[in-house]
Amino acid sequence: MTAQIDSNLNDGFISELKDCAKLLTEKLQNNQFEEASELIQVITHSRDQHIFKSVGKLTRGLHNAIVNFHVDVDLSNEPPKVENSDIHDASDRLNYVINLTQKAADKTMDMVDQSVPIAMNLGQEASTLRDEWARLKRREMTPNEFRELYERIDGFLGQMVVGTTQLNESFQNIVLEQGFQDLTGQVLKKVIGLIKDVERDLVELVRMAGQVEEITGLGNDKDVIEHDKEIFAKRKTLADGPQMHVEERKDVAANQDEVDDLLSSLGF
Amino acid sequence: MKILIVDDFSTMRRIIKNLLRDLGFANTHEADDGQTALPMLKSGDFQFLVTDWNMPGMTGIDLLKAVRADEKLHALPVLMVTAEAKRDQIIEAAQAGVNGYVVKPFTAQALKEKIEKIFDRVG
Repeated sequence: MTAQIDSNLNDGFISELKDCAKLLTEKLQNNQFEEASELIQVITHSRDQHIFKSVGKLTRGLHNAIVNFHVDVDLSNEPPKVENSDIHDASDRLNYVINLTQKAADKTMDMVDQSVPIAMNLGQEASTLRDEWARLKRREMTPNEFRELYERIDGFLGQMVVGTTQLNESFQNIVLEQGFQDLTGQVLKKVIGLIKDVERDLVELVRMAGQVEEITGLGNDKDVIEHDKEIFAKRKTLADGPQMHVEERKDVAANQDEVDDLLSSLGF
Repeated sequence: MKILIVDDFSTMRRIIKNLLRDLGFANTHEADDGQTALPMLKSGDFQFLVTDWNMPGMTGIDLLKAVRADEKLHALPVLMVTAEAKRDQIIEAAQAGVNGYVVKPFTAQALKEKIEKIFDRVG
């Protein structure tokens, strides 16, 4: 709707410009210089009016965007304080995701670190007992050795009960820790929603700014074009991983094999 | 062998530390970015560096370049373990003198292979 109105406004300005230009040529050809001069003034005035209107719309768009994101800016401070905005809130939420995932990873690894020696000890003791048990089956054991084995099996069964209880507890805790996925998932979904809103409003702003550039001729500024080129060049090796949609992208190695292939093509 | 692990996420440092321990390398130290790592490398007698790419402060690629430019450290074997997988980045790392490049998420096997390959080559 807004786009339609803007395009009408632009078309109106352009057709007015064309009409004036045609008239101006006629006046000049007929040596009506005073009237031609008046026409030039009309054109300049119309162009100024159009720029003012476009800048006005841009400012209003910016204002709306700021209001939409609930950016509560305190302009009396330098730099302005932005504390109650959705963006600030989104940063807090993302930090929460980092903290929660870190805690979950730490706890999971703690549980694994606790479990590994338990499983290893039980395994080692079971392996020793199996050897002893085989000796018993082959009747190679003295009565004394058998008594020792008898005691040892009793001890081992005790260790098994304690050990497997601890292992079960750790496994349960590891599973519980995965709850971070639900919590962080909800937070991330909210932030994604906000980013979509920001993107939509930014696109609208860029579109409005583009119209101002078109009228003023700023869009063809060499410095701006050079600046854009520099940014694109820098992006090539800028750290922004992990890269998304790797299967569809030719500029990204999709897996370790592709990395290895690339490196070997470079003589590695 | 004394190894320095550089990554801004403690979880990843811990994973690499555990994997290295399983491979028989127990003497590992940690730093959370290039800025912290570089003085450690200069003052310590590290024989191997494992670094992430994307870190605040000083990135892994800048750390690699600083290592290669340093008179004392220039021959230190460096393994890049990173989520960065753009071809231009891999080429940049190779040109900067990286000894191995492992993309995250990685397997224990991949890390083991690359480390062994580096040691075979370095001798």
